[in-house]
Amino acid sequence: MRIELEKRPNVSALFSILSPFIAFALTIVFGGIMFALLGKNPAAALYSFFVEPLSEVWSLHELAIKAAPLILIGVGLSVCFRSNNWNIGAEGQFIMGAIAGSILPVVFYDWQSPLVLPLMLVLGMIGGAIFAAIPAFLKAHMNTNEILTSLMLVYVAQLFLDWLVRGPWRNPQGMNFPETRTFGADAILPEMLVSGRTHWGFAFAIIAALLVWFMMRYTLRGFEITVLGQSERAGRFAGFSSRRMIWFSMLFSGALAGLAGISEVSGAIQQLRPVISPGYGFTAIIVAFLGRLNPLGIIAAGLVLALTYLGGEAAQLSIGVSDKVTRVFQGLLLFFVLSCDTLIHYRIRVVRERFAALKTDEAH
Amino acid sequence: MKKLLLALATTTAVLGFASAASAQEKAKICFVYVGSKTDGGWTQAHDIGRQQVEKELGDKVETQFLENVPEGPDAERAIERLARSGCGLVFTTSFGFMDATIKIAQKFPDVKFEHATGYKTAPNVATYNSRFYEGRYIQGQIAAKMSQKGVAGYIASFPIPEVVMGINSFVIGARSVNPDFKIKVVWANTWFDPGKEADAAKALIDQGVDVLTQHTDTTAPMQVAAERGIKAFGQASDMIAAGPQTQLTAIVDTWGAYYVKRTQAFIDGKWETTSSWDGLKDGILTMAPYTNMPDDVKAMAEATEAKIKSGELKPFTGPLNKQDGTAWLKEGEASDDATLLGMNFYVEGVDDKLPQ
Amino acid sequence: MGIVEAILLSVITAATPLVLAAAGELVAERSGVLNLGVEGMMIMGAVCAFAATQLSGSPYIGVLAGIAAGALFSLLFGFLTLTLVANQVATGLALTLLGLGVSGMLGESFLGMQGIKLQPIAVPLLSQVPFIGPLLFRQDAIFYLSIAIVAGIHWFLFRTRSGLKLRAVGDSHGSAHALGVDVIRTRYLAVLFGGACAGLAGAQLSLVYTPQWVENMSAGRGWIALALVVFASWRPWRVVAGGYLFGAVSISQLHAQAFGIGIPSQFLSSLPYMATIVVLILISHNRRMTLINTPASLGKPFVPDR
Repeated sequence: MRIELEKRPNVSALFSILSPFIAFALTIVFGGIMFALLGKNPAAALYSFFVEPLSEVWSLHELAIKAAPLILIGVGLSVCFRSNNWNIGAEGQFIMGAIAGSILPVVFYDWQSPLVLPLMLVLGMIGGAIFAAIPAFLKAHMNTNEILTSLMLVYVAQLFLDWLVRGPWRNPQGMNFPETRTFGADAILPEMLVSGRTHWGFAFAIIAALLVWFMMRYTLRGFEITVLGQSERAGRFAGFSSRRMIWFSMLFSGALAGLAGISEVSGAIQQLRPVISPGYGFTAIIVAFLGRLNPLGIIAAGLVLALTYLGGEAAQLSIGVSDKVTRVFQGLLLFFVLSCDTLIHYRIRVVRERFAALKTDEAH
Repeated sequence: MKKLLLALATTTAVLGFASAASAQEKAKICFVYVGSKTDGGWTQAHDIGRQQVEKELGDKVETQFLENVPEGPDAERAIERLARSGCGLVFTTSFGFMDATIKIAQKFPDVKFEHATGYKTAPNVATYNSRFYEGRYIQGQIAAKMSQKGVAGYIASFPIPEVVMGINSFVIGARSVNPDFKIKVVWANTWFDPGKEADAAKALIDQGVDVLTQHTDTTAPMQVAAERGIKAFGQASDMIAAGPQTQLTAIVDTWGAYYVKRTQAFIDGKWETTSSWDGLKDGILTMAPYTNMPDDVKAMAEATEAKIKSGELKPFTGPLNKQDGTAWLKEGEASDDATLLGMNFYVEGVDDKLPQ
Repeated sequence: MGIVEAILLSVITAATPLVLAAAGELVAERSGVLNLGVEGMMIMGAVCAFAATQLSGSPYIGVLAGIAAGALFSLLFGFLTLTLVANQVATGLALTLLGLGVSGMLGESFLGMQGIKLQPIAVPLLSQVPFIGPLLFRQDAIFYLSIAIVAGIHWFLFRTRSGLKLRAVGDSHGSAHALGVDVIRTRYLAVLFGGACAGLAGAQLSLVYTPQWVENMSAGRGWIALALVVFASWRPWRVVAGGYLFGAVSISQLHAQAFGIGIPSQFLSSLPYMATIVVLILISHNRRMTLINTPASLGKPFVPDR
């Protein structure tokens, strides 16, 4: 017995809609089995994982806070990935954006003005973009693989931040602990709603997603991205330059990652510390794919992934499962989404072995 | 029949009330961990303390914890979740949780918080720490006796005051025995990466140190020392299993005593904000058995331990010079705690430049 | 033992897992499959090798278990990307996530146990040669295997018919299919081999490098292995060169610190990554050279037309 794929003549609209739900259902089933194997009540476990975090207002705010950087970075990365540029180093761009944006509140902490915050956000975007420009330059002009350079630069960025907060940028009033000054009031990204902590970073994420959605769907640039992503040759015939696209997509995703970085630091942490991201730049890659590289899908994916983090904590408390379950869940979810998406483009047929063997014989 | 029913109803009501009351009496004590509760190092030591609370206070308490909580906004969420879930007393066990603890404490004035190794307090936030350096002083003395070459290797994690203080205390202890003693420091830039810690241990041994001490959390350096046949000190927990012929002693974090004391105070309604910095005498750290050393060295170590416990000996007591030779403490002058808690300079004898 | 020799010994131990995982990934990539799940397969290998060693008492059983775990885990990747033609980058990342989570759960009961080290085997006569002997011929089985595997891959890829077919599949799956090569089968085997090598690399971590099990003990080495493949421009022996260069830089930065040269340790710690980037630039600067070796179908899904 073997599985064969048959390409559908048209993309299946039905499965386009159904696939995420099938994937989610499969995750729930497998998750339930996993909890049962761990000796926990599956229903209670799944409830605390997926429902409990949504049942309270404060928890919804936390969801938005957690999802904001994931969506913002993921949207930028979707442009990169669609145009076949594999920026894996968003984590580094996130950090460099945060550092660049923090120059004002840390070095020029005396300067208080309503201009501080907007300038910080702009600097953050510039910082992320400049850091993404390194792999972009190396790919466009030196032909160096961007997956690796961008990834290696993550480590460099992390160590650079580490050095800054332990050395030159250390808070002089902070008992020599590795932290910068706490940001002044002008440098803090305010909360969006009165009901809780969600800051404007979440709004930036949604706006960015909508803008990119519009760009991809209605503008020539969006068309260029899609064409070059599907076939560089076809793109060349259409007069598009893949070198320019490398620059555009990398700088764009770098800027969004940088914006996510400075928003996180200014809205949620309010100072720089040796570690400012629990791997948002990497998780956002998963979010981008979970959302099928579609900006609107990425909003949903970011929220779902954030939910798994919150659910993991809730489950730790209410049923005492280890926090590793969270990662297993995320892995499972991504696996099922990826496999279910096959149904959109292909029909799956299970072929009996004898028949298959006959067919291979024919082929030889 | 009616009577019976009534009786039943009252009994259930009474029973129900009783159980509700006992549930209310049960104090909920919660912990936030930065690592995994089975990391074999820092977090595990805290979790052993939590278990001790459960064991010693039995029915009076219920404990809960969240593990692998990243510092930053995630910590805020985790602490808030605990505060909302009815925890009365929350221990946040990493320096990086400081600001998150303070923020959430403002939101939940009725919940008590205790933050480990930090310096910010509030009406409902206490801080606690352990004088690990007392143990390092003893280690330094042992190292100076045991080392043939007069050089020890020190695997350090990150240049924070806590670690710098440990290095200094080790050197001061060693130099009290052998005034020419030197140490070599390698910064692994990690708390937890067995491979890197092992590499650091090898590098130090290859450069001729014959005693090894570590301020990182895995047993990898101990394993390397065992393989190369030199002696070493354990960190955070008793690592004797990793080096039965290797470990001289270890600084064992025994937070349990403190946790039990504070929980009891909380139950009795006597909890108040404190900044406690306990040491060997309070049992917040203990020395693992002195092994693999001659009796006279062991006797010296035990004597030093007793002197530290009685308060007769304070490791940071002059005359002490800073690394560049300038005077720091005069003869007989002991350092104040504030200087120690913010320590960012080396004392004389450290063969390293402090990352600034 | 002189200091140079001692340093080289540490370098060998540090480089072996990188070389192994990278060599396996190289074969997978040569067949046109980009598996970013190396870290996940490696950590699964590490935990299973450690567990099997504890349960059986023999580290050799552990090595086999590590290989099997890596291979089995890679099968999951194969099924998704080859049978279901899912995106390889995303599937690889999912594999890493899953591996880190599952290994943590599996390994919970083995934490804190004393590891059993895979003992070195001295090669008769050769191990007596000064300098080279203790360095290269008094090593553990996994080190010998790593060299044998790289040599074997080189021979297989460039000297055998099957190797030629595998490269053909990676360069142009369409043409290879037209010539009657079973593209999917070839890729499955390549992915399995890659998984087995990553699992073996994991076994080296928990049985040789640091004989113990702790969570996340691969600590990003799978990613470095991935970088090494491109660094090596898909040539097997260059993987060895790259792995040892990386190992040498990481070890020497520790030595530089122990000498007390007073450069910020963060800068020294970042040297291995910077060095990788610089060498990468130097190698890929010659566009023609890179293109010759890069598998043209890398990362592209294949569905046979019927």
